[in-house]
Amino acid sequence: MKRGFTILAIVTGLLLAFGFYKALAPLDWPLGTPTEQTMGYVQRIFYYHVSSAWTALVLFAINFVSSIVFLVKRNEKADIVALAAAELGVVFCTVVLVTGPIWARPVWGIWWDPADIRLNSTLALWLIYVSYLVLRRFSTSSKTAVIAAVWAIFGALDVPFVFFSIWFFRTQHPSPVIAQGGSLDPRMWITVLINWAAFLSLAWLVGWTRYRLEVAERKVDEAEALESLLEGSQ
Amino acid sequence: MSFLATTRATLEKDVRLEWRSKDAINGMLFFSLLVGVIFSYAFEPTAEESRQIAGGLVWVAVLFAAVVALNQTWARELRNQVLDAYRVSPAPGNPLFLAKAVGNFMFVSVLEALMTLLFIVFYKLRPLGPGWQLLPIALLGTWALVVNGTFFAAVSLRTRSREIMLPVLLFPLSIPALIGMVKGTTAILTGADSARFYIALLVAYDVVFTTACLLLFDTVLEAE
Amino acid sequence: MPDTPFKSAVVADGLVKQFGRFAALRGVSGEFEAGKLHVILGDNGAGKTTLLRIIAGLSQPTRGHILVMGTSEVKVAQAQIGYMAHPSMLYDDMNGMENLSYFAGLYGIDPARCRDVIASVHLDPDLERRIGQYSQGMRQRMSLARALLHDPSLLLLDEPFSNVDAHSASEMAGLLARLRDQGKTLFVVTHQPALIESSADEFVWMAMGRIVNRTATLRAGTP
Repeated sequence: MKRGFTILAIVTGLLLAFGFYKALAPLDWPLGTPTEQTMGYVQRIFYYHVSSAWTALVLFAINFVSSIVFLVKRNEKADIVALAAAELGVVFCTVVLVTGPIWARPVWGIWWDPADIRLNSTLALWLIYVSYLVLRRFSTSSKTAVIAAVWAIFGALDVPFVFFSIWFFRTQHPSPVIAQGGSLDPRMWITVLINWAAFLSLAWLVGWTRYRLEVAERKVDEAEALESLLEGSQ
Repeated sequence: MSFLATTRATLEKDVRLEWRSKDAINGMLFFSLLVGVIFSYAFEPTAEESRQIAGGLVWVAVLFAAVVALNQTWARELRNQVLDAYRVSPAPGNPLFLAKAVGNFMFVSVLEALMTLLFIVFYKLRPLGPGWQLLPIALLGTWALVVNGTFFAAVSLRTRSREIMLPVLLFPLSIPALIGMVKGTTAILTGADSARFYIALLVAYDVVFTTACLLLFDTVLEAE
Repeated sequence: MPDTPFKSAVVADGLVKQFGRFAALRGVSGEFEAGKLHVILGDNGAGKTTLLRIIAGLSQPTRGHILVMGTSEVKVAQAQIGYMAHPSMLYDDMNGMENLSYFAGLYGIDPARCRDVIASVHLDPDLERRIGQYSQGMRQRMSLARALLHDPSLLLLDEPFSNVDAHSASEMAGLLARLRDQGKTLFVVTHQPALIESSADEFVWMAMGRIVNRTATLRAGTP
């Protein structure tokens, strides 16, 4: 276990470093990535924006699946996976929501476009999973995991609705912004994929750590709860 | 007793209790009136502008009033621990849920009608599109808020800061429904677009979430 | 009411109930004979209410098993269980018959039976007064009537004598004794065991989430 963890940590570090290099290195550097023509250098934030978004989606999918598994099997491990996935998903989602406006401002001239499906869907996703974490923290039930899993299912069911409701609204009211269309240069694709792999690896690394941490914390809770006080256990 | 009979008996019981105590009725009606009045002072649009924003105003006002009403839904069952008496009986959870949801629906609809009337008067609203379509939007939209609201009001029983937990859970979940209600209403008032898609969206939303609520309510009820 | 066909009304095995870092029950085990009146005693926080709620199926143990009336299926057992707590578990704004008719409906029982049950706890079925205006003693008895509607063979009572005047308390104690004599099993959680001392079959002493002693008389267990 320990060795696998170390290997993962090294791989993550390498991928992140290489991804970072590729994202920022212009074409005249070795293994560089072309700069996008219309938007210029600032477009490179795209590699972080998109990779984070895809990673967040993967994590929320994991949360959804493990919540269902938990409800059906009542296996505590599934609950811990759901928790870790949600926490990490919120982090990556936050990155998307922060890099989005940073990118939008110089390119589109506005911080936020209410008709942009992707950003607004991401915002809704962020809200849903933050409230998932709030629910877990505020629960007074001994069955917090059950209630959280139920909420995760509702949240996941909501996501397609959010997407479609904004999508329809946008087709009726074209946004003032020209959507990012057109195909991507294959060299840019490679950079995106490398960064995505790096983030997935990072998510796995941190998630694994979070998992072990939570398992240990629950063991401590249990031990404390069942502690027999010497005078009491007659 | 059959599922429907239990639902009806519970609904009748709730209506009778509400009528006798008039707890929620008095408070909520007045609260809705106040919300309506405050909004009308806060926004003073022209006739054209009012058609653009009225949809948003009405539904946001309804949302906030509904949350206050929904929080009270289960309060009656917690008093004297009556909910335990239901849980210990052979009656399944769903008739209880449906009775509460339908009761809330009726109640929120009354609040909604009141606030809509106020807005029509204050903003001199007149729909330029097919006005009859406002009815399905109102019914479907209200059910969307109420079905999830009743469910998560029950979930919030198992949390501290109950009054905060309900909006925290309900608002993100209701975003698509709100978009449907608000944009649909605006489309009809301005006559600029068809509200058909929004109505379809609300139908789909209602079906999916009513099913989810019915499938998962017992799980939540028993999660002590 | 026929005797329960089981020798043990409740069989508990290693019950643990955990709320985060706090364990209300830390390993409760034991068999409790049917047709007897078991009094459960202990300080606040000993786990008495938690144990009762687990038996009633209102709460699930974090670990351990429990058999109630021979079954581990909560809904099956609940058909045979009447549960009563210190709060009345009734609607304040309805009168006795209205309350009981509603609950009778949940059990699929003919509402006419409500009159008999109310009368059996020495209350007037025709009383129009709302429960909210009853005295505590009357409220407790009406709550007992609600618990008795479906003629359960297992009765769980949490603090039935609290805040009740002496006369009502002894009436209640008499009712409980009579129910036991009819063959029902009773578990009574109380801080005033003296009230039911003469009819009790067993005293179960709890402390810090465990059963620390079981005695036949009150004196034997008192430190």
